[in-house]
Amino acid sequence: MSQQGFAAPRPEAPGTLPAPSWRGFGWINGLARVILLAAALMAGVARAQDDPAPYPPVLAGTPLVFPRDFGAHPDYRTEWWYITGWLRDAAGVERGFQLTFFRVRTRIGEDNPSRFAPSQLVLAHAAVADPATGRLRHAERSGRSYPGLVEAQEGRTAVQVDGWSLTGGETVDAPYHSRIEAEDFAFELSFTPDRAPVLNGRAGFSQKAPDAINASYYYSRPQLAVSGSLRLEGAAVEVKGHAWLDHEWSSEILPAGARGWDWIGINLHDGGGLMGFQMRNGEGRAIWGAGTLSDARGEATALGPDALRFIPLRRWRSPRTGIEYPVEWTLALADGRRFRLQPLMDDQELDSRASTGAIYWEGAVRLFSIEDGEAGPREREVGQGYLEMTGYAERLRM
Amino acid sequence: MNASLRRVFLASLLRRRLATALSLLAIALGVALGLAVQLIHAAALDEFGRGVRLLAGEADLQLVGPRDGFDEAVFVRLALRPEVAVASPVLEIEARLPGRDDSLRILGVDLFRVLRVQPGLVPLAEAAGGDGDGSEARFAALRPDRIFLTDDARARLSAPHRGSDGALQPPALEARTLRVQSGVTGFSLELAGRVPGAAGVLGVMDIGAAQQHFARIGVLSRVDLKLAEGVSTQDAIAALSPLLPPGLALRAPEAAAGEVGTLSRAYRVNLTMLAAIALLTGAFLVFSTQLLSVARRRREFALLRALGLERRQLMQGLLAEGAVVGLVGGVFGVALGHALAAGAFRLVGGDLGAGFFRGLAPALQFDAGLSLGYLLLGVLAGVAGTWLPARAASQVPPARALRAGEGERAGLPQGPARSRPAVAMLGLAALACTLPPLGGIPVGGYAAVVGVLAGTVLALPALARAVLPLLGRRRGVTWRLAHARLAATPGQAVVAGAGVIASVALAVSMAIMVSSFRVSVDEWLTQVLPADLYVRASSSSGSGYLDPQALARIAAVEGVVSVDTTRLINLRLSDAEPLFSVLARPAHGNWGLPLVSGAMTPVAGGEGLPPVWVSEAAADRHRLQRGSRFELPLGGRLQAFTVAGVWRDYARQHGAALIESRDYLRLTGDDRVNDAALQVAPGTPPAAVAEALRARFGAEHITVALPGEIRALSLEIFDRSFLITYLMEAVAVLIGLFGIATTFAALATTRQGEFGMLRHLGFTRAEVGRLIAVEGALTAGLGVLAGLLAGGAIAWVLIEIINRQSFHWSMELAVPWAALGVFAATLVVLAALVARIAGRHAMQRSAVLAVKADW
Repeated sequence: MSQQGFAAPRPEAPGTLPAPSWRGFGWINGLARVILLAAALMAGVARAQDDPAPYPPVLAGTPLVFPRDFGAHPDYRTEWWYITGWLRDAAGVERGFQLTFFRVRTRIGEDNPSRFAPSQLVLAHAAVADPATGRLRHAERSGRSYPGLVEAQEGRTAVQVDGWSLTGGETVDAPYHSRIEAEDFAFELSFTPDRAPVLNGRAGFSQKAPDAINASYYYSRPQLAVSGSLRLEGAAVEVKGHAWLDHEWSSEILPAGARGWDWIGINLHDGGGLMGFQMRNGEGRAIWGAGTLSDARGEATALGPDALRFIPLRRWRSPRTGIEYPVEWTLALADGRRFRLQPLMDDQELDSRASTGAIYWEGAVRLFSIEDGEAGPREREVGQGYLEMTGYAERLRM
Repeated sequence: MNASLRRVFLASLLRRRLATALSLLAIALGVALGLAVQLIHAAALDEFGRGVRLLAGEADLQLVGPRDGFDEAVFVRLALRPEVAVASPVLEIEARLPGRDDSLRILGVDLFRVLRVQPGLVPLAEAAGGDGDGSEARFAALRPDRIFLTDDARARLSAPHRGSDGALQPPALEARTLRVQSGVTGFSLELAGRVPGAAGVLGVMDIGAAQQHFARIGVLSRVDLKLAEGVSTQDAIAALSPLLPPGLALRAPEAAAGEVGTLSRAYRVNLTMLAAIALLTGAFLVFSTQLLSVARRRREFALLRALGLERRQLMQGLLAEGAVVGLVGGVFGVALGHALAAGAFRLVGGDLGAGFFRGLAPALQFDAGLSLGYLLLGVLAGVAGTWLPARAASQVPPARALRAGEGERAGLPQGPARSRPAVAMLGLAALACTLPPLGGIPVGGYAAVVGVLAGTVLALPALARAVLPLLGRRRGVTWRLAHARLAATPGQAVVAGAGVIASVALAVSMAIMVSSFRVSVDEWLTQVLPADLYVRASSSSGSGYLDPQALARIAAVEGVVSVDTTRLINLRLSDAEPLFSVLARPAHGNWGLPLVSGAMTPVAGGEGLPPVWVSEAAADRHRLQRGSRFELPLGGRLQAFTVAGVWRDYARQHGAALIESRDYLRLTGDDRVNDAALQVAPGTPPAAVAEALRARFGAEHITVALPGEIRALSLEIFDRSFLITYLMEAVAVLIGLFGIATTFAALATTRQGEFGMLRHLGFTRAEVGRLIAVEGALTAGLGVLAGLLAGGAIAWVLIEIINRQSFHWSMELAVPWAALGVFAATLVVLAALVARIAGRHAMQRSAVLAVKADW
C-alpha cells in the first residue's frame, strides 16, 4: 500500500513551498498531493457538479475476481499499482527500485464528450535507490487519461502515462512488464509471479481506520521474480531480483485525524511475504494498523490491529529538509516474534520540493529476525523489501 | 580643414539660412519617415515575436495548420514518437464577447503538459473566497466552467469597450463572471485566477472544457513539441513530417514572427519607398541650393584658388557643407522619426493602420544601428546633392571665374539640353516594368519609378523648349521677359523644377493610384454585397458561428425570402506560405462574385472535379486559370478542384478560393457558417427584418448589417489605411514648394544686377516683382507639367506593376481630373507667390547700387 497521500497537506507549511508561481498547481505532478486532494476535495467537487455518479463505497464481503480485478476500477476515487523491489546486477551490486501508477477519478467533465475531459487522471512515479549515488533518483509523469496515450484499462493491468507503462495480469500467472524512461535513469523490467494474489484484510477488504468506511480493496503479489535492464549512467545493465506488487482501490481511504503512515512490504527469504502498516495521528501515535503474513504457497494470515506493532529504533535527520525519519524500526508481532528493519541506506528521502513540494521517505530495507540466545539477542536477515514513511514533515512547523 | 576654411564654407550655410533650413527640413523629413516606418515595424514585430516566444515557451517545434484547427488524432501519433519528449496540445479560441466587438483569445491547454512545455501559460488559482482551505482552487484549472485571465485581459474585460461605431459597450467581466459566446449563444465562465507568466489580452482554460464549450470536440489549433534530448529540430521535422496529414506543418516557433513579417512586407516596402522619394526630394533640394550658392560664390572661390586653395580642398569644403546639412537634417530626422513612431503607436497602432498586428501594444525602442543608418542616409543625401555643383566649381579655372559678369550664368547648366540621357532613362524604366517580382517585392516596379523620375528631370529642358514656344505669343513685356529668360536658360528650370517634379509626381501618382483603388474597391463592394441584409455571429476565426438550427431560425423570420451562407476558413497550403482563405458559399445566390476571367459555370468535363473560383492573388501565386487543377487540404486530405474562374478580391491579400457550400459540406462535414446573406421580400424594409433578427437572437449575439453600412465601414477602413499616404503626399508637396522658394531666393540674389538694369530701363519695383512671380509660375508650371506626366506614368507603374506584384490586386484606372487640375493650378499660383516673396529681398536694394555692384 502506498500512503504518500499523507504528504500532501504539508506543502502548505511555510518554508516547504516550491516556487510561488507553481503554488496552486504544484500538485499536478505531485502524486502524493493528488491522492490527498482527490480524497479531501471530492465532496466539494461533487457539490458543484451536475450530479455525476457518486464514488461507490468499499464494502466487506465483495469477492475479488481475477484477472478482472487486475485492471482498473474507474468508478472508485483512487487506485494504485505499486511495485517495490530489490535488483542485483552482474557485479553483485544491490539497488532498490520503486514504481507506482495512480489513477484518480476527479468527477470533473464526465459528461464531456471531449477525449481531453479530465475525468480520470493517471500519474506515475519511479525511483531507484542506488547506494553509490547516496540518495534516490526519482522522476514522475502525469496526465489526464487520453486513449492511446494516458490510460488505466479495465480487465487486466494496463496503465500508461505517455511512454511509461505497466502491463500484465492477463491471467493469474501472466508476468508484468514495465518501462520507465527518465532523465537520469531508466528501467525495463519483467515481473513473474509464482502464486495467486495474496488478499489482504478480510478477503481483500482492507480496513484503514476504526471506522469501516475508511477501507480499500487490496491485494498483494509478493515474490515476483524480476529480470530486465537498468540504466543509471551510460549503458543499461542486466539486472535480476525480486519485487512486491500492491494493487489497491478505494473511495474513502483516509481516516479523519490521520497525519501519516508507515508501511512495509517484505519478501521473506523463506518464500513468504510480510505486509504491515500503521496509521498515525497528530501526536504520532498509531490509531490503526494491520498486516498480512503469507507463506511460500501464498497462504495468508491476517494480522489485526493489535497483532503488529511498529517501534522506532533509530532516527536519521535529512540534511536537505531537516526532517527526522525513524529509518530503523523494531516490529513486534503479537505472538512474540520480533524483527528489525534496516535501510539499504539512510538517505532515501524523496524531496521533490522543487517540483511538487511533497516530501517523504520511501526506501529499500532489510528485515532481520531477533532471536534471544544465551549470549544476548541474535540477528539473522530474513527478508528484503520496502519501507514507506509519510507525515513526518510537519516537524518543520515547530 | 582649418578653422578659417571652415568659416569660409560652413559659415556660408549660415548666410543663406532659409535655403539651408529648407534643405535640412527636406532631408529631416525623408529620414524621419523612413526611420519611423522601420521603427514601428520593428517594434510591432518585436512585440509579436515576444508574444510568440511566450506562448511557445520551451517548445522546440510547433505543429500548425488551418486557423480553425485540425483533427486531434495527430496529437497521439506525435506524443508517442521517441523524438518527442512532451507534446502539449492547444486549442485556441477567439472568443466572441456578447455585446462587444472585441474578442478574447482563449487558450485551451492540458495543464499536465503545458507545465513542461509552456510554463508561461500555467494558470494560478486564486481562492475565490468562501471555500475555506483554498483547495477548491486546486482543481479549478480542470473545471469546465473556469477561466484564468492575464492581468491585461482582466483590466480590458472589466472595462467598457468603445466600439467601432463609437458607442460604449458593456464590460465582459463583472463580479468574476465572464460572458463569452459560442455559436449564437452566450454563456458564463467563472474567473478562477491569473496567468502570471503571460502578458497581453489572454485567457487560459482546460482544453477539454474549451472543446466542449466552444463545440470544437476533437479539434486542436496547435501542438507544441519539446524534443527529446539530443534530437535536432531538423531531424525531428524530417522524421515527423511524414506522419502529418495534408495542411499541417511543423515549424520552429520563431517562424510565426517571420510569417507576420512576410504578411506586412509589401506594405512596408511601399511606405519605405515613399520615404525614399522624400529623401530624394531632399537631395534634389540640396542640389538646387548648392548649385546656386556655388554659382553665386564663384568669384569668392576663384579668389581663394588664386590665393592658393587647392582644387581638392575646395571640393572637400563644398562637400562638407552638404554633409553638414545632411548631418543636421539627419539628426533632426532621427529625432522626428522616433516622435512620429511614438505618435503612430498612439494613433493608429503598430500596424500603421494596415491591420497586420491587431491587438498588439508595442513599445517604442531606440535602435542605435537603425538610427545611425538613417542618419548616414541623410548625410549621403546632402553629399550627393552637393557632388555635381562642387565638382563643377572646383574645375573652373580661377582666372575666368574672376572676371565680372560670369556669376549669374556660369554656374548654371548651360547649352543645349541633351535629351539622350532622358530617353535612355525612360527606356530603362519601361524595361524595368517587365521584370518579375523578387521575393514578392516588385523591384522592377520601384526601379521604374526611379527611372521615370530621373528621366523626367533630365527631360525638363527639352520639355521647356517644346512647351515655351507655345506660350510666347501676344503677351505683355513682363511675360515675354520671363518667357525669354526661361527659354534661354533651360538649366535653371531643371534646378528649380527638380524638386517640384519629384514631389508633384509622387503626389499625383499616389492620388491617381488611391483614387483608382478606391473606385475599384467601391465597385467591388457593390458587386460582392448584392443581398439586402447580412448576418454574422463573429469574424472568421471567432467563436460565434451560425449552425443549421440558427439558419432555420433566420429563415423563419417574416420577410426573409432566401438565406445563403458563407463559411470562411483559413488553410495552410505549405509551411512557407501565409494562411490561405477558402470561402464555401453557393456560387449562384445572394453573394456576388466579381469575376475578372473565366465564368460562373463550371468547366465542362473538368475530370469530374468540383469547381473552384480563385482570387487574383491565388491565380498569380499558383499560376491558375480556367481549367487548371487546384488542390486544397480539406478534411485532412488533399482535395482536387477545377478552376472555373478568377475573381477580384481586395479582402485577402494572400489568396482565396471559393468553393460550393455543398462540396465543402460533403468533404469536411463542417456545417457551421460565418455569414448569411438574406434576400428580403419586396416591400419589406430590410431594417425591420434586422430588428426582428436582433430580437430573436439577442442583439449582443449577432451582427446584422445592411450592405450600405458594410460598404461605408469598408471604405472607412480603406481611408484609414491610406491615411499615412495622404500625409506623405502633403509633405512631399510642401517640400516641392520649398524647392521653388529656395531656388528663387538664391536666383534673385545672383540676379540683382539684372533687376537693377530693369529698374533703370523703367521697370517699377512692382513690375520686377511681377516678373519674378511670372518666372516662378512658369518654372513651377513646367515642373508641374513634368510632374503630372511623370506622376501619370508612375501611377500606371504603381497600379499595374507594384500593386499587382505586391498585393496581386488589379484595379481600374480612375484619374481624379478635377482634383489634379485644382492641385496643379494651386501649385502654380503658390509657386508664383513663393517666388515673389523669395525675390523681395533682391528687389529692395536700390537700382543704382545693384548695377554698381556688378561693374
